[in-house]
Amino acid sequence: MTDIEKQNDSTSIELLSFRVGGQDYSVDIMSVREIRGSARATSLPHAPSFVKGVINLRGTVLPIIDLSARLGLQTGEDTERNVIIVVDLGERTAGLMVDAVSDILAIPSEEMQPPPDLTADEARTFVSALTIVDGRMIRILDLEAVMPPQGEEVA
Amino acid sequence: MSDPMAEIRASFFIECEELLESLQDGLQLMDDGDTDSETINIVFRAVHSIKGGAGAFGLDDLVHFAHRFETAMDEVRAGRFSPDAEAIRLFFACADILADLVRAARDGDQVDDGITGPVLENLDKLVGLEEEEEEDLDFTPATLSLDFGDGGTLPDLPELPDVSALPSTDAADDALPALDMPVPAPDTDIPPMAEPECKGFSVKFKPEDALYASGNEPLYLFRALRDLGDISVICHCEDLPQLDSLNPDTGHLSWDMTIHTEEPEQAVREVFEFVDGLCLLEINALTGDQDGTSSSEHTPISPAPEISPPPQVETAPSLPENAASTRVDAAKPSATKDTTKKLGEAKDEQSTQAKAAATPTQPRATVRVDLERIDRLVNLVGELVINQAMLSQSVAEAGLPPNSPVSTGLEEFLQLTRDIQESVMMIRAQPIKSLFQRMGRIVREASASVGKEVRLRTDGENTEVDKTVIERLADPLTHMIRNAVDHGLESTEKRLEAGKSREGHVTLTAQHRSGRIVIEVTDDGGGINRERVKEKAIQKGLIPADAQLSDSDIDNLLFLPGFSTAAEVSNLSGRGVGMDVVKSSIQALGGRINITSQEGKGTTFSISLPLTLAVLDGMVVRVAGETLVVPLNAILETLTLTDEDLTALGPETHVVQIRGGFVPLLDLGAELGYRTPQDSYVGGTVLLIGQEDGNRAALAVDSIEDQRQVVIKGLEGSYGRVPGIAAATILGDGQIALILDPTDLVGQATGRTRVRQPQQLLVG
Repeated sequence: MTDIEKQNDSTSIELLSFRVGGQDYSVDIMSVREIRGSARATSLPHAPSFVKGVINLRGTVLPIIDLSARLGLQTGEDTERNVIIVVDLGERTAGLMVDAVSDILAIPSEEMQPPPDLTADEARTFVSALTIVDGRMIRILDLEAVMPPQGEEVA
Repeated sequence: MSDPMAEIRASFFIECEELLESLQDGLQLMDDGDTDSETINIVFRAVHSIKGGAGAFGLDDLVHFAHRFETAMDEVRAGRFSPDAEAIRLFFACADILADLVRAARDGDQVDDGITGPVLENLDKLVGLEEEEEEDLDFTPATLSLDFGDGGTLPDLPELPDVSALPSTDAADDALPALDMPVPAPDTDIPPMAEPECKGFSVKFKPEDALYASGNEPLYLFRALRDLGDISVICHCEDLPQLDSLNPDTGHLSWDMTIHTEEPEQAVREVFEFVDGLCLLEINALTGDQDGTSSSEHTPISPAPEISPPPQVETAPSLPENAASTRVDAAKPSATKDTTKKLGEAKDEQSTQAKAAATPTQPRATVRVDLERIDRLVNLVGELVINQAMLSQSVAEAGLPPNSPVSTGLEEFLQLTRDIQESVMMIRAQPIKSLFQRMGRIVREASASVGKEVRLRTDGENTEVDKTVIERLADPLTHMIRNAVDHGLESTEKRLEAGKSREGHVTLTAQHRSGRIVIEVTDDGGGINRERVKEKAIQKGLIPADAQLSDSDIDNLLFLPGFSTAAEVSNLSGRGVGMDVVKSSIQALGGRINITSQEGKGTTFSISLPLTLAVLDGMVVRVAGETLVVPLNAILETLTLTDEDLTALGPETHVVQIRGGFVPLLDLGAELGYRTPQDSYVGGTVLLIGQEDGNRAALAVDSIEDQRQVVIKGLEGSYGRVPGIAAATILGDGQIALILDPTDLVGQATGRTRVRQPQQLLVG
């Protein structure tokens, strides 16, 4: 909606916004590899609850994170959550399961605000910045924090 | 220009690695008491070839060291020095340094003179050669022999036999046993730099098959010669057979060349440096007129049969008029060099020729392929396997009769896929020998630094393992070997006290066992001091002070991060970064590590690894709505449980009675956390899992779906390690199925097969 005219702004960041658990979130579009429909994930034993499992993404094993569970939001019905955003974080690739993808936004960097320091909220640690688009607050997701902790699983 | 050179350099270094390997092999054989001359020759040749190649690339450090090493080896070869254990240790050290130098030259590094110096000194002391002389003489045999050649060019032909030939023949005969033979006077009479008289050289060149096989092209040699001066080439094609009997892989041509040049003979020899040993080559200084005369003049010198190498004789029939001069030529340089105590060089020349004769360098039918290409092939085959599974599934779903052409065709396709896959895997497989050889060095270095006498025994070094596994095994194995030497073996005094041999033994074995490769590191040391281990673990807060641990529990404490039992930190191991790192790198390879230790007898670390990292045969099972793959090699049998088979053991556990033995029952779904234990397992299907340690377990599943080959897709890269799960795979329907790691699963199974209040169980 607003992306065309703002695209020329050199200091703006392009974001992919989506809805999850009734809230608006976004990620830097540069880290998005693709968006695909939901697929039945193979669940992993002993995995944290927010790890939905793994799916086959054209021959590679892609872990799926149920973002609403990860953020501690209300989990809606499974049918609603039908989009997987495949994000690429350097070495690691993961799929974020969200309710729906909404838009691509170009936000000037000065319009980004640091999130207020509210420790009670679990989702707080996953948000790196806030911005307002058309009167709606959009949270910018800290992808590193969302990823499942990697390393040695306790045996 | 630089590119082809870089390629040649690269292949030189690859060859060096092979040569170093055969050098190690040879030394090992010598160490084991093999005094066969062929073994010594192998060692000598390896060093010599490295020196030769290094010379071509101007790697002076390498050349210098290799030369000294070679000289020493030559003494051994000539039987003037019989190496004892200490000498062989020194040779090993030399081989190690040589390897270092090769790598340094490859990477453009420098090797500290402080390391090479003392070893060289010892070497010279050992062999009894005077270092000074070796240092002074730059080994350029050609220039020296050229002086002699000048003798031949002296215009005063009748003088020849008197002045040069006869005395030098004496010298050749006498100098061999006695190095200090005074230089015969006539030699010094000849002005050493009488080169202006030299108008050029006649070159006889007969390539052997190996020359062509190694990709050399005589034409280029001629061109290089042409750069030195005017050249005329006569090609001899008398040996050329009839077309119908012509073997295209065999060379039949030989050439006579006359070069008019002011360059020294050395320059001409350098042209042929690359084909050294691959051809019959003789270079004679050109007399004023033609070499026919000179050869006849040289004839009297020919009695030097012990020096005249066999291959030269081959030329005799084909070029009878030159046979005599051939012999002369071989004798001449030797004689000259002997008189100047350059015996090593003389031998060296001889050896290249002798080598060509003794072992006709048959072309090895190997191809060097970039690993990346193989990996791509492996990946493609992986995709093929998945695709084939998908196709099979579609065909099955189409409901075609089992004997339809499609089904039979598919069956053949399946077989082919499997064959291709196995062949590709075989390309990646390599003998584990190279790794074991590196460990030999680790043992030598480690034992030297802790002052223990250690002998490494290896077994099964021809066991083939995936290349990646070999590469990634190097670090953990190094650690384990060091540990064995440092911690495992007792000091010499303690060994003697305990009535053991003075020399500690570390044994490294590799073998295939039930579809996996098992590598064992065994030492005959004191075994694990379990009390101390436990004490230490308590001290470090790794376990509670009142923990009740079995022997194997205590042994496994060694794998805990931050554990180190060495009373004091030695510079070898004991920094506490040891075994936990070893364990995790082994696990990353899909392997396992176990310890068995016997107090006073020694300790064995055994690593078990999957043969390949790409494909495995698995049984596809379903449990709690999930599809899982169980590696086929872990399954001993499958059975359906009856009421009699099943016995309750504790309040929560069952055992299955199989032919008189009791096997714990595990519910796969419950163990993986997919469901709670079932009410009854009677009538259910169980897989009897056999482990490497001989323990068995019965794994209850809902149903067995299929048995097929699956492509292994690692989970570590994308998600992390999952307990009980080895990897994932993609099934025919595109779904991901997890591949079970039965040993890991059984190892940490709770064994709960009955619902009851959960209880803390001590994990064994």
